[in-house]
Amino acid sequence: MANESTAPEPDNADRRAAIAVTAALGGAGVVAAAVPFVVSLTPSESARAAGAPVQIDVGAVAPGEMRTFEWRGKPVWVLRRTPEMIAAVKQATAGVADPDSVRTAFPTPAYARNPLRSIKPEFFVAVGICTHLGCSPVGPLAAGANPVLGEHAGFFCPCHGSAFDLAGRVFRGMPAPDNLEVPPHKYLSDTVVLVGDDSKA
Amino acid sequence: MALHKTQYTGLAGWFDARMPTMMVEYRKHLSEYYAPKNLNFWYIFGSLSIVVLVIQIVTGIFLTMHYKPDARYAFESVEYIMRDVPGGWFIRYLHSTGASAFFVVVYLHMFRGLLYGSYRKPRELVWIFGCLIFLMLMAEAFFGYLLPWGQMSFWGAQVIVNLFAAVPLIGPDLAVFIRGDFVVSDATLNRFFALHVIAIPLVLLVLVVLHLLALHDVGSNNPDGIEIKDKVDAQGQPLDGIPFHPYYTVHDIYGLGVFLMIFFAVLFFAPEMGGYFLEWNNFIPADPLATPAHIAPVWYFTPYYSILRAVTTEFMWVLGAGVIAYGVLLYFALRAPRARYLGLGLALALALVMLPASPLALEPKFWGVAAMGASVVIFFGLPWFDQSPVRSMRYRPKWHFWLLIAFVVVFLVLGYFGTQLPSPANTIASQTGTMLYFAFFLLMPWWSRMGTPRPVPDRVTFEPH
Repeated sequence: MANESTAPEPDNADRRAAIAVTAALGGAGVVAAAVPFVVSLTPSESARAAGAPVQIDVGAVAPGEMRTFEWRGKPVWVLRRTPEMIAAVKQATAGVADPDSVRTAFPTPAYARNPLRSIKPEFFVAVGICTHLGCSPVGPLAAGANPVLGEHAGFFCPCHGSAFDLAGRVFRGMPAPDNLEVPPHKYLSDTVVLVGDDSKA
Repeated sequence: MALHKTQYTGLAGWFDARMPTMMVEYRKHLSEYYAPKNLNFWYIFGSLSIVVLVIQIVTGIFLTMHYKPDARYAFESVEYIMRDVPGGWFIRYLHSTGASAFFVVVYLHMFRGLLYGSYRKPRELVWIFGCLIFLMLMAEAFFGYLLPWGQMSFWGAQVIVNLFAAVPLIGPDLAVFIRGDFVVSDATLNRFFALHVIAIPLVLLVLVVLHLLALHDVGSNNPDGIEIKDKVDAQGQPLDGIPFHPYYTVHDIYGLGVFLMIFFAVLFFAPEMGGYFLEWNNFIPADPLATPAHIAPVWYFTPYYSILRAVTTEFMWVLGAGVIAYGVLLYFALRAPRARYLGLGLALALALVMLPASPLALEPKFWGVAAMGASVVIFFGLPWFDQSPVRSMRYRPKWHFWLLIAFVVVFLVLGYFGTQLPSPANTIASQTGTMLYFAFFLLMPWWSRMGTPRPVPDRVTFEPH
């Protein structure tokens, strides 16, 4: 009874077929088994619940004032712009990097792809996180209040010196590449905004 | 040039020239490791143990991503995993079912060793590493069980740590040292977490590697108990051996499939297993002020728990007498004068600290712990207790096999009584079981030599199929 000293080759079609089928089914099994593990890394129910949309009473913000609210752990700014501030936005257009908000890194929703980057001109709703590396800029600063902003009014990020106008558009030559993110939002009434949900229903 | 000569080409050749170890070890442990061709059903449990170990490690890693090892949050974090984490219930049940499956598989793996004499020369080291793995597994299960911070977790830990308080002189301080506090608390939970997640798994992995290396150095045993390396062919390979890869790799995948069917049937349809895999009391958060009416350890510890509870003051008379009788037996059985007097002397010294009448007697509480420890540690001694000329039960006198079955029955009965509340009937049954349990091992040097063994075949018994 001689022994083969090397493993037998899969030298016939039946063996090859059996190996192929077993490998394919085994592979499918491994993928199926991996799904719950991979999925377990996605946000849990409580994280999802904590990330739910937030209602903000913008009527409580005085003209010229900016208030910060929280949505998904991020600061959401509501700036109630005065007519002077709206004019300042128009003046800044020549110096900003992306005046029409066409860049897609932080996609601007269709309803905010306008010079004032908002649904209503008076209320500017944005995520108050610098698009460079994540610090929260200070503002709104008046014209001449900051050397980087120069004679423009706007926001200034102290971490690496990026400057944004009063519509959150980044000026040219800044470390930050993108305009401030406008979160999905919609008005439930003239004075109540729902941040985190912009569905038509 | 330090590059090695290689028979391979391309990328494989590049690798082999720089790390020939990979292919050398692959050949040594897989494609040219010749295992007996007559291995049967009982031989699946080794590779199944590896699979369950991997399951426990992988699911354990994912559980630690969500679990909070803090007495205030632990219980809640487990419920969070069960309800909120996507797929969390599946990962948790994999880990809890896996823990029980680990013990089922390991107990059956050890039984195979008893059946075919796998622990005997030259495989004593394989057995010793295996017994160490078993000890580490018990520790790992014990530390892991505290983590859900349920009533059973807390009180089980409280009881077992208090066992260490029974050690003479240093006991109470030792218990405080282990707990990190005066009662089982957050400090205990944190350190048990560290031990369960990192320390013991690393030790287990090292021991498993040593276990397999020791096995491969001497070659696997088989149901006939004969050494296949005694009959080799012209190339020096055992006539009755077949390369592990592909024969046993493929065969073990089949066995794995059957195991997984049973495993997942339990996981999906009975993960609590009637309160034996996930105990009912553990669905209640730990309450240091109220002990549950019915404390029992998890099922895989119950035989040892029975032995622990069996040791009462009355039983100490029986145990003490038994120790003296054993010393006398050794005196008449051993040849060398030093050995026989040492045996008798040790037995008498032991009796002096055991018999309740003696002024030096230690508490039955301590002896209960000692007996429980001895009942686990005694497995290490099997290679030396077994003095039969024949390795496998197949060729021993038939009554040896029935004695082994009787031992298994005693083990199961002890296990059953370990789940029940203490009672007079329970105590008598556990005490009888304890005596029989220890007698199986301690009298083995004599009973294994009795009777006429049947002739051992020259070559393995194998029907091609």
